[in-house]
Amino acid sequence: MSTLPSTPQSAESAIGTSRVKRGMAEQLKGGVIMDVVNAEQAKIAEDAGAVAVMALERVPADIRKDGGVARMSDPNMIEEIIEAVSIPVMAKSRIGHFVEAQVLQSLGVDYIDESEVLTPADEVNHSDKWAFTTPFVCGATNLGEALRRIAEGAAMIRSKGEAGTGNVVEAVRHLRQIKNEIAKLRGFDNNELYAAAKELRAPYELVKEVAELGKLPVVLFSAGGVATPADAALMRQLGAEGVFVGSGIFKSGDPAKRAAAIVKATTFYDDPKIIADASRNLGEAMVGINCDTLPEAERYANRGW
Amino acid sequence: MTNPLIGVLALQGDVREHLIALAAADAVARPVRRPEELAEVDALVIPGGESTTMSKLAVLFGMLEPLRERVKAGMPVYGTCAGMIMLADKLLDGRDDQETLGGIDMIVRRNAFGRQNESFEAKIDFAGIEGGPVEGVFIRAPWVESVGAAAEVLATYEGHTVAVRQGNVLATSFHPELTGDDRVHAYFVDMVRAGL
Repeated sequence: MSTLPSTPQSAESAIGTSRVKRGMAEQLKGGVIMDVVNAEQAKIAEDAGAVAVMALERVPADIRKDGGVARMSDPNMIEEIIEAVSIPVMAKSRIGHFVEAQVLQSLGVDYIDESEVLTPADEVNHSDKWAFTTPFVCGATNLGEALRRIAEGAAMIRSKGEAGTGNVVEAVRHLRQIKNEIAKLRGFDNNELYAAAKELRAPYELVKEVAELGKLPVVLFSAGGVATPADAALMRQLGAEGVFVGSGIFKSGDPAKRAAAIVKATTFYDDPKIIADASRNLGEAMVGINCDTLPEAERYANRGW
Repeated sequence: MTNPLIGVLALQGDVREHLIALAAADAVARPVRRPEELAEVDALVIPGGESTTMSKLAVLFGMLEPLRERVKAGMPVYGTCAGMIMLADKLLDGRDDQETLGGIDMIVRRNAFGRQNESFEAKIDFAGIEGGPVEGVFIRAPWVESVGAAAEVLATYEGHTVAVRQGNVLATSFHPELTGDDRVHAYFVDMVRAGL
Protein backbone atom coordinates (compact mmCIF):
# COMPACT_ATOMS: atom_id res chain seq x y z
CA MET A 1 0.00 0.00 0.00
CA SER A 2 1.15 3.53 -0.69
CA THR A 3 1.43 4.48 2.97
CA LEU A 4 4.09 1.89 3.73
CA PRO A 5 7.69 3.07 3.75
CA SER A 6 10.76 1.70 2.05
CA THR A 7 12.90 1.03 5.10
CA PRO A 8 15.77 -1.39 5.55
CA GLN A 9 14.40 -4.76 6.65
CA SER A 10 15.95 -8.02 7.75
CA ALA A 11 14.24 -11.31 8.37
CA GLU A 12 14.98 -10.97 12.09
CA SER A 13 13.96 -7.41 12.93
CA ALA A 14 13.32 -4.03 11.38
CA ILE A 15 13.73 -0.50 12.71
CA GLY A 16 11.98 2.64 11.48
CA THR A 17 8.96 0.78 10.08
CA SER A 18 5.65 2.49 9.63
CA ARG A 19 4.21 0.45 12.48
CA VAL A 20 7.00 1.45 14.86
CA LYS A 21 6.77 5.14 13.88
CA ARG A 22 2.98 5.34 14.08
CA GLY A 23 2.94 3.12 17.16
CA MET A 24 5.04 5.65 19.05
CA ALA A 25 2.33 8.28 18.60
CA GLU A 26 -0.30 5.77 19.76
CA GLN A 27 1.56 5.63 23.08
CA LEU A 28 1.18 9.40 23.53
CA LYS A 29 -2.61 9.36 23.21
CA GLY A 30 -4.67 11.01 25.89
CA GLY A 31 -1.65 13.07 26.84
CA VAL A 32 -0.37 16.64 26.72
CA ILE A 33 2.81 17.59 24.83
CA MET A 34 4.32 20.84 26.10
CA ASP A 35 6.63 23.38 24.43
CA VAL A 36 9.77 24.01 26.51
CA VAL A 37 12.82 26.19 25.86
CA ASN A 38 15.23 24.83 28.49
CA ALA A 39 15.90 21.88 30.80
CA GLU A 40 14.25 23.57 33.77
CA GLN A 41 10.96 24.02 31.91
CA ALA A 42 11.21 20.45 30.62
CA LYS A 43 11.37 19.19 34.21
CA ILE A 44 8.37 21.30 35.21
CA ALA A 45 6.46 19.83 32.25
CA GLU A 46 7.45 16.27 33.17
CA ASP A 47 6.50 16.82 36.82
CA ALA A 48 3.11 18.13 35.74
CA GLY A 49 2.41 14.90 33.86
CA ALA A 50 3.29 15.86 30.26
CA VAL A 51 3.58 12.84 28.01
CA ALA A 52 6.36 14.41 25.91
CA VAL A 53 8.07 17.77 25.50
CA MET A 54 8.76 19.84 22.40
CA ALA A 55 12.20 21.45 22.57
CA LEU A 56 12.37 24.84 20.87
CA GLU A 57 14.31 28.07 21.22
CA ARG A 58 11.37 30.42 21.50
CA VAL A 59 7.72 29.60 22.10
CA PRO A 60 5.39 30.79 19.32
CA ALA A 61 4.27 33.87 21.26
CA ASP A 62 7.88 35.06 21.39
CA ILE A 63 8.49 34.21 17.74
CA ARG A 64 5.55 36.50 16.95
CA LYS A 65 6.93 39.25 19.17
CA ASP A 66 10.56 39.05 18.02
CA GLY A 67 10.00 38.53 14.30
CA GLY A 68 12.94 37.49 12.11
CA VAL A 69 13.71 34.01 10.84
CA ALA A 70 12.80 31.18 13.26
CA ARG A 71 15.01 28.09 12.89
CA MET A 72 15.81 24.71 14.43
CA SER A 73 17.07 25.00 18.02
CA ASP A 74 20.66 24.84 19.24
CA PRO A 75 21.74 21.16 19.51
CA ASN A 76 23.18 21.87 22.98
CA MET A 77 19.80 22.96 24.26
CA ILE A 78 18.11 19.91 22.77
CA GLU A 79 20.69 17.58 24.34
CA GLU A 80 20.30 19.25 27.73
CA ILE A 81 16.56 18.65 27.54
CA ILE A 82 17.06 15.01 26.48
CA GLU A 83 19.35 14.59 29.50
CA ALA A 84 16.94 16.32 31.89
CA VAL A 85 13.79 14.26 31.31
CA SER A 86 12.88 10.63 30.76
CA ILE A 87 9.75 11.28 28.68
CA PRO A 88 10.12 11.52 24.87
CA VAL A 89 11.63 14.70 23.42
CA MET A 90 10.38 16.20 20.15
CA ALA A 91 12.00 19.07 18.25
CA LYS A 92 11.03 21.28 15.30
CA SER A 93 12.54 21.56 11.83
CA ARG A 94 11.53 24.12 9.22
CA ILE A 95 9.15 22.96 6.49
CA GLY A 96 11.21 21.41 3.68
CA HIS A 97 14.48 21.79 5.61
CA PHE A 98 15.50 18.14 5.50
CA VAL A 99 19.02 18.95 6.71
CA GLU A 100 17.67 20.35 9.98
CA ALA A 101 15.67 17.12 10.22
CA GLN A 102 18.83 15.06 9.61
CA VAL A 103 20.53 16.97 12.43
CA LEU A 104 17.63 16.36 14.79
CA GLN A 105 17.67 12.64 13.95
CA SER A 106 21.41 12.49 14.63
CA LEU A 107 20.81 14.09 18.05
CA GLY A 108 18.45 11.22 18.91
CA VAL A 109 15.19 13.15 19.34
CA ASP A 110 12.14 10.88 19.53
CA TYR A 111 9.94 12.82 17.08
CA ILE A 112 10.53 15.62 14.54
CA ASP A 113 7.86 18.30 14.09
CA GLU A 114 8.06 19.75 10.56
CA SER A 115 6.49 22.94 11.77
CA GLU A 116 4.86 25.97 10.22
CA VAL A 117 5.71 27.89 13.42
CA LEU A 118 9.30 28.10 12.16
CA THR A 119 9.99 30.07 8.98
CA PRO A 120 9.53 27.71 6.00
CA ALA A 121 12.71 26.78 4.11
CA ASP A 122 10.95 25.56 0.96
CA GLU A 123 7.79 27.11 -0.43
CA VAL A 124 6.93 24.14 -2.65
CA ASN A 125 8.12 20.92 -1.02
CA HIS A 126 7.90 19.37 2.41
CA SER A 127 10.62 16.95 3.55
CA ASP A 128 10.55 13.32 2.36
CA LYS A 129 9.82 11.79 5.74
CA TRP A 130 10.14 8.15 4.56
CA ALA A 131 13.89 8.78 4.35
CA PHE A 132 14.14 8.97 8.18
CA THR A 133 13.97 6.42 10.99
CA THR A 134 12.81 9.17 13.37
CA PRO A 135 9.05 9.64 13.00
CA PHE A 136 7.54 12.99 12.01
CA VAL A 137 4.51 14.96 13.15
CA CYS A 138 3.11 17.59 10.75
CA GLY A 139 0.37 20.20 11.01
CA ALA A 140 -2.79 20.31 8.91
CA THR A 141 -5.76 22.65 8.55
CA ASN A 142 -7.87 20.23 6.51
CA LEU A 143 -8.05 16.59 5.39
CA GLY A 144 -6.23 17.08 2.07
CA GLU A 145 -3.29 18.70 3.82
CA ALA A 146 -3.22 15.92 6.43
CA LEU A 147 -3.22 13.19 3.77
CA ARG A 148 -0.50 14.89 1.72
CA ARG A 149 1.70 14.93 4.83
CA ILE A 150 0.92 11.27 5.53
CA ALA A 151 1.76 10.41 1.91
CA GLU A 152 5.13 12.11 2.49
CA GLY A 153 5.64 9.86 5.52
CA ALA A 154 4.24 11.76 8.53
CA ALA A 155 3.43 9.30 11.35
CA MET A 156 1.27 11.71 13.36
CA ILE A 157 -0.89 14.74 12.49
CA ARG A 158 -1.75 17.76 14.59
CA SER A 159 -4.34 20.30 13.64
CA LYS A 160 -2.58 23.66 13.26
CA GLY A 161 -4.62 26.22 15.10
CA GLU A 162 -2.96 29.62 15.26
CA ALA A 163 0.13 29.12 17.45
CA GLY A 164 1.17 31.78 19.93
CA THR A 165 -2.21 33.52 20.10
CA GLY A 166 -3.75 31.84 23.15
CA ASN A 167 -6.93 31.81 21.05
CA VAL A 168 -8.48 28.41 20.46
CA VAL A 169 -10.78 29.44 17.61
CA GLU A 170 -8.49 28.32 14.77
CA ALA A 171 -7.72 24.99 16.44
CA VAL A 172 -11.46 24.33 16.64
CA ARG A 173 -11.93 25.33 13.01
CA HIS A 174 -9.18 23.02 11.75
CA LEU A 175 -10.16 20.00 13.83
CA ARG A 176 -13.83 20.34 12.85
CA GLN A 177 -12.79 20.70 9.22
CA ILE A 178 -10.73 17.48 9.30
CA LYS A 179 -13.42 15.53 11.17
CA ASN A 180 -16.20 16.78 8.85
CA GLU A 181 -14.27 15.88 5.73
CA ILE A 182 -13.64 12.37 7.10
CA ALA A 183 -17.34 11.98 7.93
CA LYS A 184 -18.26 12.99 4.38
CA LEU A 185 -15.91 10.39 2.88
CA ARG A 186 -17.65 7.69 4.91
CA GLY A 187 -20.75 8.11 2.77
CA PHE A 188 -18.94 7.94 -0.59
CA ASP A 189 -18.94 4.92 -2.88
CA ASN A 190 -15.90 3.84 -4.88
CA ASN A 191 -16.82 5.96 -7.91
CA GLU A 192 -16.95 9.08 -5.77
CA LEU A 193 -13.70 8.35 -3.92
CA TYR A 194 -11.62 8.90 -7.09
CA ALA A 195 -13.08 12.37 -7.51
CA ALA A 196 -12.63 13.05 -3.80
CA ALA A 197 -8.96 12.09 -4.05
CA LYS A 198 -8.53 14.52 -6.93
CA GLU A 199 -10.21 17.28 -4.99
CA LEU A 200 -8.20 16.54 -1.83
CA ARG A 201 -4.98 16.36 -3.90
CA ALA A 202 -4.16 13.15 -2.01
CA PRO A 203 -3.40 9.56 -3.09
CA TYR A 204 -6.51 7.50 -3.85
CA GLU A 205 -5.34 4.57 -1.64
CA LEU A 206 -5.06 6.86 1.37
CA VAL A 207 -8.45 8.45 0.73
CA LYS A 208 -9.99 4.98 0.48
CA GLU A 209 -8.27 3.91 3.70
CA VAL A 210 -9.68 6.92 5.57
CA ALA A 211 -13.15 6.27 4.17
CA GLU A 212 -12.99 2.68 5.45
CA LEU A 213 -11.44 3.44 8.86
CA GLY A 214 -13.52 6.55 9.52
CA LYS A 215 -10.36 8.14 10.89
CA LEU A 216 -6.84 9.04 9.82
CA PRO A 217 -4.47 6.05 9.66
CA VAL A 218 -2.24 7.93 12.14
CA VAL A 219 -2.87 9.63 15.49
CA LEU A 220 -4.53 13.08 15.38
CA PHE A 221 -3.69 15.66 18.08
CA SER A 222 -4.78 19.27 18.39
CA ALA A 223 -2.41 22.24 18.58
CA GLY A 224 -2.28 26.00 18.43
CA GLY A 225 -4.14 28.24 20.85
CA VAL A 226 -4.85 25.99 23.85
CA ALA A 227 -4.46 28.19 26.96
CA THR A 228 -6.85 26.78 29.59
CA PRO A 229 -7.96 23.38 30.94
CA ALA A 230 -11.35 23.88 29.29
CA ASP A 231 -9.66 24.60 25.94
CA ALA A 232 -7.83 21.26 26.17
CA ALA A 233 -11.00 19.37 27.11
CA LEU A 234 -12.86 21.07 24.25
CA MET A 235 -10.34 19.79 21.73
CA ARG A 236 -10.56 16.28 23.19
CA GLN A 237 -14.36 16.31 23.04
CA LEU A 238 -14.16 17.46 19.42
CA GLY A 239 -12.12 14.33 18.66
CA ALA A 240 -8.45 15.20 19.20
CA GLU A 241 -6.58 12.22 20.67
CA GLY A 242 -4.36 14.53 22.73
CA VAL A 243 -3.16 18.14 22.78
CA PHE A 244 -0.03 20.16 22.18
CA VAL A 245 0.30 23.23 24.38
CA GLY A 246 2.80 25.90 23.41
CA SER A 247 2.92 29.44 24.73
CA GLY A 248 -0.16 28.77 26.90
CA ILE A 249 1.84 27.30 29.79
CA PHE A 250 5.12 29.15 30.14
CA LYS A 251 3.56 32.49 29.17
CA SER A 252 1.04 32.25 32.02
CA GLY A 253 1.28 33.39 35.64
CA ASP A 254 1.89 29.97 37.28
CA PRO A 255 3.22 27.49 34.69
CA ALA A 256 3.53 24.43 36.99
CA LYS A 257 -0.03 24.77 38.24
CA ARG A 258 -1.50 25.50 34.83
CA ALA A 259 0.42 22.62 33.25
CA ALA A 260 -0.93 20.13 35.82
CA ALA A 261 -4.45 21.52 35.42
CA ILE A 262 -4.34 21.13 31.63
CA VAL A 263 -3.10 17.53 32.02
CA LYS A 264 -5.99 16.76 34.38
CA ALA A 265 -8.58 18.30 32.09
CA THR A 266 -7.15 16.37 29.14
CA THR A 267 -7.49 13.04 30.98
CA PHE A 268 -10.98 13.77 32.34
CA TYR A 269 -12.09 15.75 29.28
CA ASP A 270 -15.69 14.54 29.56
CA ASP A 271 -16.16 15.38 33.26
CA PRO A 272 -17.19 19.06 33.74
CA LYS A 273 -16.85 18.87 37.54
CA ILE A 274 -13.19 17.84 37.33
CA ILE A 275 -12.54 20.48 34.64
CA ALA A 276 -14.16 23.10 36.88
CA ASP A 277 -11.89 22.12 39.77
CA ALA A 278 -8.83 22.09 37.53
CA SER A 279 -9.73 25.60 36.29
CA ARG A 280 -9.77 27.23 39.76
CA ASN A 281 -7.14 29.76 40.89
CA LEU A 282 -4.70 29.26 38.06
CA GLY A 283 -3.55 32.86 38.10
CA GLU A 284 -3.16 34.87 34.96
CA ALA A 285 -3.67 33.13 31.60
CA MET A 286 -1.47 34.13 28.69
CA VAL A 287 -2.62 37.33 27.06
CA GLY A 288 -4.46 36.26 23.95
CA ILE A 289 -4.51 37.67 20.44
CA ASN A 290 -7.74 38.00 18.50
CA CYS A 291 -7.04 36.09 15.29
CA ASP A 292 -9.18 38.52 13.25
CA THR A 293 -6.62 41.24 13.87
CA LEU A 294 -3.68 39.14 12.65
CA PRO A 295 -2.30 40.31 9.30
CA GLU A 296 -2.19 37.59 6.64
CA ALA A 297 1.63 37.41 6.75
CA GLU A 298 1.57 36.60 10.48
CA ARG A 299 -0.79 33.63 10.17
CA TYR A 300 1.36 30.54 10.64
CA ALA A 301 -1.47 28.15 9.75
CA ASN A 302 -1.29 29.35 6.13
CA ARG A 303 2.24 27.99 5.85
CA GLY A 304 2.29 24.47 4.41
CA TRP A 305 0.51 23.53 1.20
CA MET B 1 -19.60 -19.40 29.24
CA THR B 2 -19.83 -15.75 30.19
CA ASN B 3 -17.49 -13.18 28.73
CA PRO B 4 -15.38 -11.54 31.42
CA LEU B 5 -15.53 -7.76 31.98
CA ILE B 6 -12.02 -6.41 31.46
CA GLY B 7 -11.01 -2.80 32.08
CA VAL B 8 -8.27 -0.92 30.26
CA LEU B 9 -6.50 1.66 32.42
CA ALA B 10 -7.25 4.88 30.54
CA LEU B 11 -5.06 7.50 32.20
CA GLN B 12 -3.03 7.80 29.01
CA GLY B 13 -1.73 5.53 26.23
CA ASP B 14 -3.08 3.31 23.45
CA VAL B 15 -6.32 2.39 25.23
CA ARG B 16 -8.47 2.12 22.11
CA GLU B 17 -6.30 -0.56 20.52
CA HIS B 18 -6.54 -2.73 23.66
CA LEU B 19 -10.32 -2.30 23.81
CA ILE B 20 -10.54 -3.52 20.21
CA ALA B 21 -8.17 -6.47 20.78
CA LEU B 22 -10.03 -7.55 23.94
CA ALA B 23 -13.38 -7.40 22.18
CA ALA B 24 -11.93 -9.53 19.37
CA ALA B 25 -10.85 -12.03 22.04
CA ASP B 26 -14.45 -12.30 23.34
CA ALA B 27 -14.15 -10.12 26.42
CA VAL B 28 -16.35 -7.18 27.33
CA ALA B 29 -13.92 -4.29 27.52
CA ARG B 30 -14.24 -0.77 28.88
CA PRO B 31 -11.94 2.10 29.86
CA VAL B 32 -11.15 2.60 33.58
CA ARG B 33 -10.06 5.97 34.97
CA ARG B 34 -11.66 6.10 38.44
CA PRO B 35 -11.52 3.85 41.55
CA GLU B 36 -15.25 3.10 41.26
CA GLU B 37 -14.77 1.95 37.65
CA LEU B 38 -11.88 -0.26 38.74
CA ALA B 39 -14.06 -1.90 41.38
CA GLU B 40 -16.50 -3.13 38.71
CA VAL B 41 -14.12 -5.05 36.44
CA ASP B 42 -12.97 -8.69 36.65
CA ALA B 43 -9.53 -7.95 35.27
CA LEU B 44 -7.40 -5.09 33.95
CA VAL B 45 -5.10 -4.30 31.04
CA ILE B 46 -2.47 -1.62 31.56
CA PRO B 47 -1.75 -0.25 28.08
CA GLY B 48 1.38 1.03 26.45
CA GLY B 49 2.10 4.69 27.02
CA GLU B 50 4.71 6.68 28.89
CA SER B 51 5.44 4.85 32.14
CA THR B 52 6.63 7.92 34.06
CA THR B 53 3.55 9.89 33.00
CA MET B 54 1.23 6.99 33.79
CA SER B 55 2.77 6.54 37.24
CA LYS B 56 2.47 10.26 37.92
CA LEU B 57 -1.17 10.40 36.80
CA ALA B 58 -2.02 7.32 38.89
CA VAL B 59 -0.72 9.15 41.97
CA LEU B 60 -2.31 12.52 41.09
CA PHE B 61 -5.72 11.01 40.34
CA GLY B 62 -5.88 8.70 43.37
CA MET B 63 -5.62 5.46 41.39
CA LEU B 64 -2.30 4.11 42.71
CA GLU B 65 -3.53 2.60 45.99
CA PRO B 66 -6.78 1.14 44.58
CA LEU B 67 -4.73 -0.45 41.78
CA ARG B 68 -2.17 -1.85 44.22
CA GLU B 69 -4.94 -3.30 46.39
CA ARG B 70 -6.67 -5.04 43.48
CA VAL B 71 -3.39 -6.48 42.15
CA LYS B 72 -2.51 -7.68 45.66
CA ALA B 73 -5.96 -9.25 46.02
CA GLY B 74 -5.29 -11.36 42.93
CA MET B 75 -7.09 -9.53 40.11
CA PRO B 76 -5.76 -10.75 36.74
CA VAL B 77 -3.71 -8.02 35.06
CA TYR B 78 -1.91 -7.75 31.73
CA GLY B 79 0.60 -4.96 31.10
CA THR B 80 2.22 -4.04 27.77
CA CYS B 81 5.41 -1.97 27.65
CA ALA B 82 4.65 0.87 30.10
CA GLY B 83 2.19 -1.62 31.64
CA MET B 84 5.03 -4.11 32.15
CA ILE B 85 6.98 -1.42 33.96
CA MET B 86 3.97 -0.74 36.21
CA LEU B 87 3.81 -4.44 37.16
CA ALA B 88 7.48 -4.76 38.11
CA ASP B 89 8.43 -5.17 41.76
CA LYS B 90 11.65 -3.32 40.99
CA LEU B 91 12.69 -0.84 38.30
CA LEU B 92 16.02 0.23 36.77
CA ASP B 93 16.58 3.49 34.81
CA GLY B 94 13.24 4.95 35.90
CA ARG B 95 12.71 8.30 37.58
CA ASP B 96 13.58 8.28 41.29
CA ASP B 97 10.00 9.09 42.25
CA GLN B 98 8.46 6.61 39.80
CA GLU B 99 5.86 4.36 41.42
CA THR B 100 5.01 0.83 40.33
CA LEU B 101 2.16 -1.45 41.35
CA GLY B 102 4.27 -4.59 41.61
CA GLY B 103 2.69 -7.96 40.97
CA ILE B 104 5.56 -9.83 39.32
CA ASP B 105 8.79 -10.62 41.11
CA MET B 106 11.02 -9.13 38.42
CA ILE B 107 13.47 -6.33 37.79
CA VAL B 108 12.59 -4.35 34.67
CA ARG B 109 14.95 -2.00 32.86
CA ARG B 110 13.17 0.97 31.31
CA ASN B 111 13.94 1.96 27.66
CA ALA B 112 16.39 -0.97 27.66
CA PHE B 113 16.20 -1.46 23.88
CA GLY B 114 16.92 2.25 23.33
CA ARG B 115 15.05 5.39 22.36
CA GLN B 116 12.63 5.84 19.46
CA ASN B 117 15.30 5.55 16.74
CA GLU B 118 16.22 2.07 18.03
CA SER B 119 12.57 0.93 18.22
CA PHE B 120 11.87 -2.13 16.06
CA GLU B 121 9.60 -5.03 15.24
CA ALA B 122 10.52 -8.71 15.29
CA LYS B 123 8.89 -12.15 15.35
CA ILE B 124 8.67 -13.59 18.86
CA ASP B 125 8.12 -17.22 19.90
CA PHE B 126 5.64 -17.17 22.78
CA ALA B 127 5.30 -20.21 25.07
CA GLY B 128 1.66 -21.26 25.32
CA ILE B 129 0.56 -19.54 22.11
CA GLU B 130 0.10 -21.74 19.05
CA GLY B 131 0.12 -20.93 15.35
CA GLY B 132 3.63 -19.57 14.95
CA PRO B 133 5.49 -16.59 16.42
CA VAL B 134 3.67 -13.39 17.37
CA GLU B 135 4.71 -10.06 15.87
CA GLY B 136 6.47 -7.98 18.49
CA VAL B 137 6.38 -4.20 18.11
CA PHE B 138 8.96 -2.74 20.52
CA ILE B 139 8.72 1.03 21.12
CA ARG B 140 11.20 2.59 23.55
CA ALA B 141 10.70 -0.80 25.13
CA PRO B 142 11.82 -2.19 28.48
CA TRP B 143 13.22 -5.68 29.06
CA VAL B 144 13.19 -7.93 32.10
CA GLU B 145 16.61 -7.95 33.70
CA SER B 146 15.87 -10.85 36.05
CA VAL B 147 12.91 -12.78 37.46
CA GLY B 148 12.25 -14.53 40.77
CA ALA B 149 11.44 -18.22 41.14
CA ALA B 150 7.67 -17.69 41.03
CA ALA B 151 7.74 -16.00 37.62
CA GLU B 152 7.69 -17.89 34.34
CA VAL B 153 9.50 -16.56 31.26
CA LEU B 154 7.24 -16.91 28.18
CA ALA B 155 9.34 -15.21 25.50
CA THR B 156 12.82 -13.86 24.91
CA TYR B 157 14.43 -11.75 22.20
CA GLU B 158 18.19 -11.89 21.66
CA GLY B 159 18.66 -13.30 25.14
CA HIS B 160 16.46 -10.72 26.87
CA THR B 161 13.21 -11.66 28.56
CA VAL B 162 10.28 -9.88 26.90
CA ALA B 163 7.23 -11.78 28.22
CA VAL B 164 6.59 -12.99 31.78
CA ARG B 165 3.77 -14.49 33.77
CA GLN B 166 3.38 -14.91 37.50
CA GLY B 167 0.08 -16.45 38.55
CA ASN B 168 -2.66 -14.08 37.39
CA VAL B 169 -0.31 -11.38 36.17
CA LEU B 170 1.05 -11.19 32.59
CA ALA B 171 3.48 -8.67 31.08
CA THR B 172 5.07 -8.12 27.65
CA SER B 173 7.74 -5.60 26.57
CA PHE B 174 6.05 -5.33 23.19
CA HIS B 175 2.67 -4.21 21.86
CA PRO B 176 0.45 -7.01 20.43
CA GLU B 177 -2.42 -4.49 20.37
CA LEU B 178 -0.78 -2.70 17.44
CA THR B 179 -0.64 -5.72 15.14
CA GLY B 180 -4.21 -6.98 14.68
CA ASP B 181 -3.03 -10.38 16.01
CA ASP B 182 -5.23 -11.01 19.06
CA ARG B 183 -3.61 -14.22 20.31
CA VAL B 184 -1.85 -12.66 23.32
CA HIS B 185 -5.11 -10.97 24.35
CA ALA B 186 -6.93 -14.30 23.89
CA TYR B 187 -4.27 -15.94 26.10
CA PHE B 188 -5.00 -13.32 28.78
CA VAL B 189 -8.78 -13.65 28.44
CA ASP B 190 -8.34 -17.43 28.97
CA MET B 191 -6.32 -16.69 32.11
CA VAL B 192 -9.16 -14.49 33.38
CA ARG B 193 -11.80 -17.13 32.54
CA ALA B 194 -9.83 -19.82 34.36
CA GLY B 195 -9.97 -17.74 37.54
CA LEU B 196 -13.66 -16.76 37.41
